[in-house]
Amino acid sequence: MNCQEVRILIDGYVDGELDPIRNQEVEQHFRTCPVCLTVYNSHRALRTALRTGSLYRTAPPALRNRVQSSFKPASTWKSLMGSPQWRWAAAAASLALVSVLTWRVALLPPTQTADDRLIQEVTASHVRSLMVSHLVDIQSSDRHMVKPWFTGKLDFAPSVADLIEQGFPLVGGRLDYVNGRAVAGLVYKRREHVINVFLWPSAAAVETRPLAHQGYHLVCWTQSGMTYWAISDLNSRELQEFVQLLQNQTPR
Amino acid sequence: MGLIRNLQPERSSEQDEPSRFEEAILPHLDAAYNLARWLTRNDQDAEDMVQEACLRAFKSFDGFYGVKAKAWLLTIVRNTCYTWLGKNRVHDLSTSLDEDVHQAESHVPDPQALLLRFEDNQALRQALEELPAEFREVLILRELEGLSYKEIADVTGIPQGTVMSRLARARGRLKLSLADRMKKER
Repeated sequence: MNCQEVRILIDGYVDGELDPIRNQEVEQHFRTCPVCLTVYNSHRALRTALRTGSLYRTAPPALRNRVQSSFKPASTWKSLMGSPQWRWAAAAASLALVSVLTWRVALLPPTQTADDRLIQEVTASHVRSLMVSHLVDIQSSDRHMVKPWFTGKLDFAPSVADLIEQGFPLVGGRLDYVNGRAVAGLVYKRREHVINVFLWPSAAAVETRPLAHQGYHLVCWTQSGMTYWAISDLNSRELQEFVQLLQNQTPR
Repeated sequence: MGLIRNLQPERSSEQDEPSRFEEAILPHLDAAYNLARWLTRNDQDAEDMVQEACLRAFKSFDGFYGVKAKAWLLTIVRNTCYTWLGKNRVHDLSTSLDEDVHQAESHVPDPQALLLRFEDNQALRQALEELPAEFREVLILRELEGLSYKEIADVTGIPQGTVMSRLARARGRLKLSLADRMKKER
């Protein structure tokens, strides 16, 4: 084997990917050629440096939590949609759960506030919309298509904002069920992140409030007699920027 | 009816698909992020890519039967990253592959000094970040993830025979880049 042949095989040799015969031939060549041996040594040194040089980037814990939690609610949903026997089992289980809860509520003062419940509901709706390919009922980036679609499906007319120029394109709208009533779900995007906005009429007046739950960021507020909840895996700063823009475009 | 049901394949595995999915995917989340981070060169984008890839993986999990979960997930991460790079960083993907680095490598001055240079983590990190994506990815997959040529071929979609020459070029370029830095600093 000459130097040129060895140089072609040297990476395979370093990586332990050569067959035994070629392996031996390369080693044979190193014994007689200090130049190729130097290249080999520097390859090996480079490998050691790459492997010990703290170049490995591990997943941030927040990302791990987010990925992990995004499959938990889906698990409940998926199993509910399983075989008929399973559905019976699920029904039985939820009955059992209801009775346990009733019993618990009867014995203990309620520990879960209405807010906590809403946060959980909104989060579950958000996750469900991502997991089951049912992000939108009407897919359109045109608010003049999305807004009329809700007519006759809801007892109120949701205002739909166009934020494409600000980098939050509208994806569409969806009917959802939160807080014991049918609500409007509006879907926007920021890069790869989905933002769900839920709104329904309410008399309450709440200051704009950023929250976090299961690795998601949420913002809730009231405006023009509507309660709004925005939720996304987007970072908190950008979500609040989005909410600000939405508030500015919504008639007061 | 009961008989027919009994003859059907066991379906119980489908019922706990999410947990089966978690078991298959979560152990490789670091590998997924590592590849995405080196391909996008940005923390936030890498997180986006991994999340997107996990979602895609979940959706196509039906067709996955538990073999080589790592290579499977990395393939999805890589495809997600390349789609994104194509839209957002298209210049990262265009490279000239034809130069002969084997030749150039023998012109690296003072190999002993270069060996010392390898120990400078900062320089090594920068040199690696500046490599074109197709060279960067084979080095990450081989040196940081320890994948075999076969697995690298599976993940990147390049022929197995090309993996070795791609790695050779990648290592050659990395050494040259480190040598260049050394020269400039003198």
